[in-house]
Amino acid sequence: MLEIKDLHASINGKEILKGLSLSVKPGEIHAIMGPNGSGKSTLSSVITGNPSFEVTQGSIVFESKDLQKMAPEERANEGIFLSFQYPVEIPGVSMVNFMRTAINEQRKYRNLPPISATDFLRIMREKKALVEMDNKLTNRSVNEGFSGGEKKRNEIFQMAMLEPKLAILDETDSGLDIDALRIVANGVNKLKSPENATIVITHYQRLLEYIIPDYVHVLYDGKIVKSGGKELAMELETRGYDWIKQEVVV
Amino acid sequence: MSDTIIHEVTQSEYKYGFTTDIETEVIPVGLNEDVVRMISAKKNEPEWMLEFRLKAYRHWLTMKMPEWAHLNIPEIDYQSISYFAAPRKNAPQSLDEVDPELLKTFDKLGIPLEEQKALSGIAVDAVMDSVSVKTTFKETLAEMGIIFCSFSEAVEHHPDLVKKYMGTVVPHTDNFFAALNSAVFSDGSFVYIPKGVRCPMELSTYFRINAINTGQFERTLIVADEDSYVSYLEGCTAPQRDENQLHAAIVEIVAMKNADVKYSTVQNWYPGDKDGKGGIYNFVTKRGICKGENSHISWTQVETGSAITWKYPSCILMGDNSSAEFYSVAVTNHHQQADTGSKMIHLGKNTSSHILSKGISAGVSQNSYRGLVKVGVNAENARNFSQCDSLLLGDKCGAHTFPYMEVNNESAIVEHEATTSKISEDQIFYCNQRGISSEDAVGLIVNGYAKEVVDKLPMEFAVEAQKLLQITLEGSVG
Ligand SMILES: Nc1ncnc2c1ncn2[C@@H]1O[C@H](COP(=O)(O)OP(=O)(O)O)[C@@H](O)[C@H]1O
Ligand SMILES: [Mg+2]
Repeated sequence: MLEIKDLHASINGKEILKGLSLSVKPGEIHAIMGPNGSGKSTLSSVITGNPSFEVTQGSIVFESKDLQKMAPEERANEGIFLSFQYPVEIPGVSMVNFMRTAINEQRKYRNLPPISATDFLRIMREKKALVEMDNKLTNRSVNEGFSGGEKKRNEIFQMAMLEPKLAILDETDSGLDIDALRIVANGVNKLKSPENATIVITHYQRLLEYIIPDYVHVLYDGKIVKSGGKELAMELETRGYDWIKQEVVV
Repeated sequence: MSDTIIHEVTQSEYKYGFTTDIETEVIPVGLNEDVVRMISAKKNEPEWMLEFRLKAYRHWLTMKMPEWAHLNIPEIDYQSISYFAAPRKNAPQSLDEVDPELLKTFDKLGIPLEEQKALSGIAVDAVMDSVSVKTTFKETLAEMGIIFCSFSEAVEHHPDLVKKYMGTVVPHTDNFFAALNSAVFSDGSFVYIPKGVRCPMELSTYFRINAINTGQFERTLIVADEDSYVSYLEGCTAPQRDENQLHAAIVEIVAMKNADVKYSTVQNWYPGDKDGKGGIYNFVTKRGICKGENSHISWTQVETGSAITWKYPSCILMGDNSSAEFYSVAVTNHHQQADTGSKMIHLGKNTSSHILSKGISAGVSQNSYRGLVKVGVNAENARNFSQCDSLLLGDKCGAHTFPYMEVNNESAIVEHEATTSKISEDQIFYCNQRGISSEDAVGLIVNGYAKEVVDKLPMEFAVEAQKLLQITLEGSVG
């Protein structure tokens, strides 16, 4: 589904990703862990086409399509969703209007007519229930005045609305208390299917108790330096990253 | 790179840039007393009207064009402009006599002049260049005693009303452009709502410049007698031309005791091309007076057009307990310049005013809010709240706020708030990631930002205005 080969990417001329390869198949959950500044968010930005980053080498192919030839909105409409580490506020744009626009853009891309008002409201209701999101929040402007945790929950709500094929969750667990974490994880698990895949970027093993990964990768200094099963996450939790750094140096 | 999102500019087409090929009578360029007399004669005006014009002209000669810090106005040669242009086939008695080309023009602009085709609930006065082409629903309105006609007709058929009110709100001495307009004004609309009448439909005037090298100088006078109500809307467009054209209008509103006047404008004069070539110079004096107690005037404007806009719809709150509002969205893109705002002059007791100004700047445009709140010595308990917001797209445009206050009564409460925000690349990318293109993202954000003002427009026009905002900013992001 997603094939990343020897990816090099930089921002303002500074190379951040230095030859990263990753292969994700339908139905899989991949966890990406690694110390601060190792390039995890950069990877999610590059997959989704954030124009601040420049790909200097390598390839990213999603369902046999070369992502580098596609605008960010096309990638989104192909079914790639990013739950942002730092969701932005968009004052003046109501959540309802924002979501309806997003859904209709996706439908247009797939040659479907705009969604009817009743269907839209029904889906909104369902998905709000799924992530236990307050009506108050969906009546406000996008992320405006949301707490850190509310923003993260809103990301998962949007993911549920858009039903992506590939979801990338960038530190969705940070800033969540244990109840919120369970709700978010629950939301992710309910959307899981043999056709969909998820990349979970996280610092902590905590989230991985709820979202069980098939693979765990350690990203260090712009490269994946170690991959394994879910037990690798446990090991990282107890031993930290220093031993990995040493392995890399050696 | 990171700065690429917000400035790749592709020119969006100005939809109304076509010209109408009809025979037009244009008087030779230049301005002197003979020209003023000629205009008056062409309109078969009575002596008192000519006197008014000449007085204004003589005063204009003593005045100098004003200068502003934040408008860069090229030298205007007032002798190279023609001050009168009219479709040859003049003053039609019925629709059959209106040149079909003219009907087609207004049809194309979305303003059908056949009453059966017209939007229900809206009466239209269509003005092309210097004359009114047709006023719809005139007879229907007349049954209620409402006068809605071109200014020329008002001079002819309702001279007492015109004499009584014209120039009482904006005297010919008011400013350079007001003096010029008073000397050479061509046509415009006249509205009179009698005592106790609620005007049942929206009244609207549509101004169209067609002829080349001519100035448009229209004049509108709205009088709302005691206990009456009217909602009035003004729209305008012009062909796409490389030369700049001058538009200097006057609007006067008089609201008597308990009268309520709502004036809305969607200003879409040709703004010039993306390199700043051509476009209308829009210098307009709009002022209302809340003359009687409890009277109310609101100005709502959506300004998207013109190369240069200079206008400050204002209100004199003379009657006790009178109130006024100014709601404005002004968008500038490419090389457009706008200097707009409002003046609220509190004279009566317990008067209140509210100013809400939303500026949106893109490209290399300059967008200024300039406002004055003045509280007179006897204006006990005057209240004003002004909110001026600026939204920037990109970092080559400018937004400026110049609030002036003159408070001469201690009981007054005058408040001013201002904010500046920017559409960030992160916001655009966030929308992109949800499948929304940059263009649509800007439209969403801008319409959200302008909503509070656009919502004040009559419903039919709110939708138009929303589209217009988006079109104006098309291409302001890459
Ligand atoms: N806009 C930027 N300009 C310069 N360097 C940046 C920018 N964004 C991120 N970086 C750098 O890229 C590296 C990787 O960052 P990031 O991908 O956010 O790491 P992670 O998500 O793993 O914590 C860090 O060294 C960070 O400082
Ligand atoms: Mg990160």
